[in-house]
Amino acid sequence: MSVVLNPMMAPDPAPAPFVPGPAGTHITIRNMTKYFAGWPLYENFNLDIPKNKIVSVFGPNGCGKSTLINMIAGLIPIDSGEILFDGKSLSETKIGYVFQNYREAMFPWMRTIDNIAYPLKLEGKSKVEVAQRMEELVASFDVKFDLNRYPYELSGGQQQTASIMRALAPKPEVLFLDEPFSALDFEMTLFIREKLQDVFMQTGTTMLLVSHDLEEAVYLADQILLLTKRPTRVAEILNYNDPRPRTIETLTQPSFIDAKKLSLEIFQREVRK
Amino acid sequence: MHEAATSVLMDAAKRGLISPVPQTNQSANRWSLWRLMPLLGPLVLFIIWDLVVRFKLIPPILLPSPWNTLSTLFIGMAGGSLSGDFAYTLIRTLEAFLIAAVVGVPVGVLLGSNERAYRSVEFVIDFFRSTPSSALIPLFLMIFGVSDINKVAIAAFGALLIVLFNSAYGVINARKQRVMAAKVMGATRWQIFKDVLIWESLQPTFVGLRSAVSMSLVIVIVAEMFIGSERGLGHRIIDSQQVMNVRDMYASILAAGALGYVLNIVFLVLEKRIVHWSGR
Repeated sequence: MSVVLNPMMAPDPAPAPFVPGPAGTHITIRNMTKYFAGWPLYENFNLDIPKNKIVSVFGPNGCGKSTLINMIAGLIPIDSGEILFDGKSLSETKIGYVFQNYREAMFPWMRTIDNIAYPLKLEGKSKVEVAQRMEELVASFDVKFDLNRYPYELSGGQQQTASIMRALAPKPEVLFLDEPFSALDFEMTLFIREKLQDVFMQTGTTMLLVSHDLEEAVYLADQILLLTKRPTRVAEILNYNDPRPRTIETLTQPSFIDAKKLSLEIFQREVRK
Repeated sequence: MHEAATSVLMDAAKRGLISPVPQTNQSANRWSLWRLMPLLGPLVLFIIWDLVVRFKLIPPILLPSPWNTLSTLFIGMAGGSLSGDFAYTLIRTLEAFLIAAVVGVPVGVLLGSNERAYRSVEFVIDFFRSTPSSALIPLFLMIFGVSDINKVAIAAFGALLIVLFNSAYGVINARKQRVMAAKVMGATRWQIFKDVLIWESLQPTFVGLRSAVSMSLVIVIVAEMFIGSERGLGHRIIDSQQVMNVRDMYASILAAGALGYVLNIVFLVLEKRIVHWSGR
């Protein structure tokens, strides 16, 4: 039948059999292709992202770090390929996303508390359930500012804290963070970094963090995903296993310095290619 | 530990509040002086006007003194016949504006949320938006006749396109990231529409509403002048001009100006209250 309708077309090649990732894999990316303006950004890209780990994505400018997590999060469509979460599709998976630009991520017409509760309302949770979850979040984030204010009345760090709370409110399976610190001052960066680590230790939520700051990327990560220039491939995946909670002391540990140095070497090698 | 630290801070704050009182007073005085600055312009205008009349640079038959004009305005507005004409113009303007808003905002938002639909009517909207509505008065005369409805209809038409255009563009230009944020949280198209797009479009919508109310007033005044009319500021202005009652003419012009100004202010205040996040 199809031969009659499409006489010029060769028969479809048999679909490549799905290759599952190693044990403990959460997100599998198979044969993902994405073109930008006629040029390949990703071509037949494969990646396994482990469960209950923090993976930092690092790579040269323009290699598509943010694009990668946006494609996984479904914000940018892929041209072809498959992305599965524990074998499920995106629509069956609860995700959270923290944007770099918190000013344009929060809804200024809602009070901060309603912003945080918004994903719960989308899920159709009852008022009691929402209130209960809000209390949990406020406790686990140790919030010191007034959540009844509007987002624009808060400082940048407070707004970003609130948007992380919003992303975590529905207890997502995966949390995406697109350069969450780059619009913040150093003090707030440290503060939110610790908060994220706290939350991760409490919940073990799989996190994908895009960062342009290598120290920050290594500090939070279990795995550092280093990418090449475009067309983008995986340059290397480094494991960094220092115990949590990591602290200021961690930054001077030989293991941390080694991981950072190795990442930098790979990065420079890729940039010079 | 924390409480102790807080109370120390509070104490310091209290002391801080008490000590610099004279300074605060001084700056408050300067501030209130600055607040009077906007009155300077009108004051200078009235002085020039007065001098022009005093030295007969323009014959009094063409330009009455500002004080005569103002007294005519106040007497006319305080129960005089001017207040009746003022009320007619105000009501017609508001009627036209309401029609424009009630139809224009929902249609604009709907068209804006479907960009292809908007593109298909964009030319028509832009064309008639660029056509001076007063050019359509004869056409409306043919349709509605010489009636009160005619004046309201033509003003509503002119205002409608402004509202529609601004609301539609408000939705089209909504911050993409907020839409993405809602999408990533699992919002449906309808939820994105009612929780994000409508709110995002509020500020441009208010810009549209403000221009629309000014446009309504302009067209109502023109229509009152040229479409056989018994009442209204436009009618009054042209009537007093015909009989060279310049005092009344200027008073009516000032009344129309005040009406336009106040309507604009009302919408600015409303916008600030409703779109409280604007510009922040």
